[in-house]
Amino acid sequence: MLNYLWGFMIIIGITIGVLRGNIAEVSNATLNSSKEAVTLCITMLGIMAMWTGIMQIAKKCGLVAAFTRGLRPILRYLFPTIPKDHIVNEYIASNMIANILGLGWAATPMGLMAMRELKKLNHDSEVASCDMCTFMIINISSLQLIPVNIIAYRSQYGSVNPAEILGAGIIATICSTIVGVIYSVLARNRSYRHGRR
Amino acid sequence: MEGVSKEEDTMNFIIYLSDYIIPFLIFYIVGFGLLTKTNIYDEFIKGAKEGFRVVLDIMPTLIGLMVGVGVLRASGALDLLSDLLKPITELLHFPSELVPVALVKMFSSSAATSLVSDIFKQYGPDSYLGRIVSIMMSCTETIFYTMSVYFMAAGVKKTRYTLAGALVSTLVGIVMSVVLTNLVF
Repeated sequence: MLNYLWGFMIIIGITIGVLRGNIAEVSNATLNSSKEAVTLCITMLGIMAMWTGIMQIAKKCGLVAAFTRGLRPILRYLFPTIPKDHIVNEYIASNMIANILGLGWAATPMGLMAMRELKKLNHDSEVASCDMCTFMIINISSLQLIPVNIIAYRSQYGSVNPAEILGAGIIATICSTIVGVIYSVLARNRSYRHGRR
Repeated sequence: MEGVSKEEDTMNFIIYLSDYIIPFLIFYIVGFGLLTKTNIYDEFIKGAKEGFRVVLDIMPTLIGLMVGVGVLRASGALDLLSDLLKPITELLHFPSELVPVALVKMFSSSAATSLVSDIFKQYGPDSYLGRIVSIMMSCTETIFYTMSVYFMAAGVKKTRYTLAGALVSTLVGIVMSVVLTNLVF
């Protein structure tokens, strides 16, 4: 995916730069942007390390596990066909909690395991089950409550109050997730009526 | 007139709340850690090290993509694109400058990040556009990337209504970013 995206950015950028006579600016941009990426990462190093440090405490003292258990009743409603004590509940809950806390990279391995288990529950079919669709839609609807990297970028580019967007961001995230859940439940019920799982 | 001031109070409250979220979470987690007699400082250091690794891992990607966006910006291609899109986006009341971010975010998070830093640089993070894009980035996900990774790993070929549902909820997120920026700030 990035092969094309990145390739097109460079090719189109340089072509248009030549056509519009902006090639000197383009030349400078290659140098300045790479420097800027490093400066951005230095700001991000600090903020990200602070956040993952705090989250490590939350993990160690059992808070994350407690949140995961708290999700159980919600999971039962979202995924009615998953057996109550099946390991996949654990995977889905850990994936969601990691997403909520802004630990996206920690969420992915759990999410992949959840998908594999869901496939087994679906008799290894190549067609997605309703539970898979629900899981993916909720995942993509964005669950993250604290967008640590956006806060880091905002502070890097001189925001007076980098965290001021948190409240609005949480409201927007909740809205998109609620719509995702409603869509999943409606589509699922429709499938069930048509005798599909 | 009273209704107006009440509404304004709610909106100020959202900004006010934003200031509390991070300190409160840290207080809660550290406090809980102390109560459960966890070695909080050692764990913090351990976690911070992991955070370093995460950032270092994405650094090469970010350098590559920011050069790409820098070239696009300097060549005038981004301005060209947003001028071309203006008639359509004006109908939708959506700023044409943000269309590239909204589209690219569906494919790659780090490419979108480079476009976001470009917007912060051009207009400032506290500008109207800067705020919309901040909220938009926090309430949307990389649809196509996530779907391809997850479904591919599980070996699922037919994804049924997943894409439709994901697009609907992303659209709601984008609309909410514009609406909330207008309301809150």
